[in-house]
Amino acid sequence: MLRLEKRPSPSRFWQGMTPVLAVVLTMIAGGVMFAALGKDPVEAIRTIFWDPLFNAQFASYSRPQLLVKAGPLILIAIGLSLGFRAGIWNIGAEGQYIMGALAGAGVGLAFYPAQHWGIFPLMVLAGALGGWVWAMIPAILKTRFNTNEILVSLLMVYIAQNILSSMSLGLLRNPEGGGFPGSRNLSQYPSASNPELIAGTGMHWGVIAAFMAVIAAHILLQRHILGFHIKLAGQAPRAARFAGVNPTGLVLLCMGISGALAGLAGLFEVAGPAGQISIDFNVGYGFTAIIVAFLGRLNPIGILLAGLLMALTYIGGELAQFMLGLPAAAIQAFQGMLLFFLLAVDLLSNYRVRLGAKVEAA
Amino acid sequence: MFGGIDPGLLIASLMVASVPIILAAIGELVVERAGVLNLGVEGMMIMGAVCGFIASVQTGSAVLGFVGGALGGAALALIFAVLTQFLLANQVASGLALTLFGLGLSSLLGQGFVGIRPPATEALPFGPLAESPFFGRVIFGHDWVVYLSIASVAVAWWVLKSTRLGLILRAVGENHDAAHALGYKVRRIRVLAILFGGAMAGLGGAYVSLVRVPQWTDGITAGAGWIALAIVVFAAWRPWRALIGAYLFGGISVLQLNLQAAGARIPVEYLSMSPYLITIVVLVIMSSGKGKAALNAPANLGQTFHASR
Repeated sequence: MLRLEKRPSPSRFWQGMTPVLAVVLTMIAGGVMFAALGKDPVEAIRTIFWDPLFNAQFASYSRPQLLVKAGPLILIAIGLSLGFRAGIWNIGAEGQYIMGALAGAGVGLAFYPAQHWGIFPLMVLAGALGGWVWAMIPAILKTRFNTNEILVSLLMVYIAQNILSSMSLGLLRNPEGGGFPGSRNLSQYPSASNPELIAGTGMHWGVIAAFMAVIAAHILLQRHILGFHIKLAGQAPRAARFAGVNPTGLVLLCMGISGALAGLAGLFEVAGPAGQISIDFNVGYGFTAIIVAFLGRLNPIGILLAGLLMALTYIGGELAQFMLGLPAAAIQAFQGMLLFFLLAVDLLSNYRVRLGAKVEAA
Repeated sequence: MFGGIDPGLLIASLMVASVPIILAAIGELVVERAGVLNLGVEGMMIMGAVCGFIASVQTGSAVLGFVGGALGGAALALIFAVLTQFLLANQVASGLALTLFGLGLSSLLGQGFVGIRPPATEALPFGPLAESPFFGRVIFGHDWVVYLSIASVAVAWWVLKSTRLGLILRAVGENHDAAHALGYKVRRIRVLAILFGGAMAGLGGAYVSLVRVPQWTDGITAGAGWIALAIVVFAAWRPWRALIGAYLFGGISVLQLNLQAAGARIPVEYLSMSPYLITIVVLVIMSSGKGKAALNAPANLGQTFHASR
């Protein structure tokens, strides 16, 4: 009989090992799923995890995509991880991402066709503000009316999606677009575009912002009293209250940071890789970032690595779609599976698994 | 503004529109009364929708479709049960994982089924009763799942309130340590509750793809699972209030659809966001003030149980 014994403190070894173990288990289970779809599992896994980086034919296209896709994921996940650590569950990052993109693009389009160096920084500000405002709604409802932030932030995603389709069909529609939905292309408007900074790397301002967020979050959590309060509130809410942590302030702060970062991610995406506001502009980064945050164990450095890995599954998934005819949905299921295995093997860091019957303490 | 909308038809169609949410909400309500917070309702619903659709198209029977839907939802719930009850994983994160995985897997499974019409689910034959002017439509004009959804509310209410099973279930949800000390199998009861919740969400999902829409498209449940979760909070964990909440929500979605069809001046997007908006408003009203809903929440909701002794 297997028996679980709680560890006095989480095992450091397993905390580092569980994400690796989860990825290996996901590859095995994913291989079984791909085999069930009638694809060669080894080839599918190789196409997803190896070919985008090292295949001579595809790597030149795929490698820059790694940073393009990882940037928004890391940026959003860093914000989410702060809240998750404090037990504040903002799961509406997708909506904040949309609203940030709308606010930022709106500012940029308002200035069209003026050329000024100040337009892009203003758009960045507006993007952060858009996401922040959208996240403040569930935050204030929680602190003021004690409303569940999980449900409200999630329901706000559906509202944001409706606003997005309204905007791309109405207010922000390209007047010269021949009646097609979607805004002007921001990447063709130099003052408002978020271009690739170093050719062939995929590096744009959003990726730089993501790296800065990683560093800032690392310092915040390791060196700053606020980071200590966040961790304390998550691990021991009662102790946190005695230590003078203000729960209301913490909710507003964590939701605000995650909203602003998600909004930034949306703005950088719409001004760069996506180029324009359109009905299906959002592709679920806000939800995938939840997986990234957990895969990175809510640790900034871990999130950096997890974001890169998750970006790889996106690119590899597209490649597998193209090369093997693997359905796009298979990758989504694959990513969900990763979170399952991660949660499952997390047991090992908090509990010892003992074999044999229970020994009565004397 | 309401001109041209027949009240009988409106009530009848809101009853139909609410069915998926009632079924899912009653399932989740039982799960939460047992002290488990399963945020994967949306994932279980959409799995029910796709499994139900496939089962009914393959067998040609709508009833078997609903059975398949319930099984699909319960199968996904089983993953949640293993994760949270045996591997002691965080319930919030596991529920989110369930939704993300369910959305992906459902669109994978449903690939070959886009654009097919499922076998019809007919209204029950009440004969002349169905012909009567107002009540004919409102009371006697529905298919069997509508009656099942109302019956499920009554049964959940009765079981929770007046049976030994309900008492044990509530004890497990209010204080799992005490229930464990009394010799109840906390884990077994919770696993069964989770499976029941999954089956109910699956049934609700199957109703979306088999009756409400009726066809298969990706993301067909469109947040109904999250609305069901909100309804449980709205209902303060009481079955009859969940029915009221679901009808309120159903009424708004039917009304906004009617307004869309009637060509109201409000843009379509703002009409279709209204159900979500109103759910939030209702949540706020319920969570604040004197009748704080949170006070009625099961005391051990969302907490992991590990028997150390």
